[in-house]
Amino acid sequence: MALEKPYKDVPGTTIFDAGMARQGYHLNQFCASLMKEENRERFKTDERAYLDEWAMTKEQKQAVLDRDYNRMLSLGGNIYFLAKIFSTDGKSFVFAAAKMTGMKEEDYQAMMVSGGRSPEGNRYLKEQK
Amino acid sequence: MARITAGVGTSHVPLIGRAIDTKATDTDYWKPVFEGYEFTKKWIAEEQPDVIFLVYNDHASAFSLEMVPTFAIGCAEEFQPADEGFGRRPVPTVKGAPDLAWHVAQSVIQQDFDLTIINQMDVDHGLTVPLSLIFGEPDAWPCRIIPFAVNVVVYPPPSGRRCYNLGKAIANAVESFDEDLNVQIWGTGGMSHQIQGPRSGLINKDWDTAFLNRLSDNAEDLADIPHIEYVRETGSEGIEMVMWLIMRGALNTQVKELHRHYHIPASNTAVGHIVLENQF
Repeated sequence: MALEKPYKDVPGTTIFDAGMARQGYHLNQFCASLMKEENRERFKTDERAYLDEWAMTKEQKQAVLDRDYNRMLSLGGNIYFLAKIFSTDGKSFVFAAAKMTGMKEEDYQAMMVSGGRSPEGNRYLKEQK
Repeated sequence: MARITAGVGTSHVPLIGRAIDTKATDTDYWKPVFEGYEFTKKWIAEEQPDVIFLVYNDHASAFSLEMVPTFAIGCAEEFQPADEGFGRRPVPTVKGAPDLAWHVAQSVIQQDFDLTIINQMDVDHGLTVPLSLIFGEPDAWPCRIIPFAVNVVVYPPPSGRRCYNLGKAIANAVESFDEDLNVQIWGTGGMSHQIQGPRSGLINKDWDTAFLNRLSDNAEDLADIPHIEYVRETGSEGIEMVMWLIMRGALNTQVKELHRHYHIPASNTAVGHIVLENQF
């Protein structure tokens, strides 16, 4: 019998479950390597060369180069690992979150200050227009 | 005999650490976040706990995907602040409580919770931000800390019920330790927040408020909340609140709520904070 995955119908959300962790292993381990200053420097000096040291897929590497966080999530990236990339870039969680929503950072900040995104209409895929 | 005298719940947003480290706590944005901790700072100065059993989650700092323990207890003499990608936080080294930690490990495993024992580990914002919020910026942390890491990175985390029952086992373990120690247990993380994908920024004040309301008197019911409800109602990262249930489970049925604070936002998160005094 298949595993129950009720979280598949939550809109705009990728749950980092066992399947995603399997798919994203090398991508996330690359991210973890950026916790060392010397690795951050090597990555910044030549991103492509550094990425090529990891057994990641072509798509995963391209998503990193493009800083396309939604794409990285869909390819098995986990946000806490991906945070090592935007931290290396000197960017914050707000910057990354705004980017993933497609909003301008100041508009996203304004939404947060006024109470955040409401759960109304955001609980199930079927509620999305 | 050691005993657990109080429980504290608090969020552990990384940007709060940054605000403290860059002296930005007085700005219009941050002031309301920090004001809600003033009570707790004064309270804890009087309480003078010997040990804090600090339940938190690692954010891919100490544990990459090489190893993902569901429950890990830190038994080391000390723990360094982690470099999470922008250097180590300028906060004191965390001094452990190895005698009590090893004792708890043995007792809790005998109560059927299979802990991973950790003797070498850096601790990230999940642990150091709560310390900064409640102790400010001392040269050394004023008490010893047992880091207790819960996996909430790889789905599924442990269930709310499992966490609640683990809290009870931790309380049993502490009470069977001979040394006369004032122990607090802190549950950290949450409250509602989502920091991934197009639904990022989700906040659910009504849900969070109900959770805080039920924590004192109806915690048994909270333990039954399934993972999917956290995800749907409080955002994918709101699931961290299962860690508050370890704290609550370790307290007696009767507790007294001494303080509560709730503020939106800190970064992407609804900040929640509560202080519960154990009633004997």
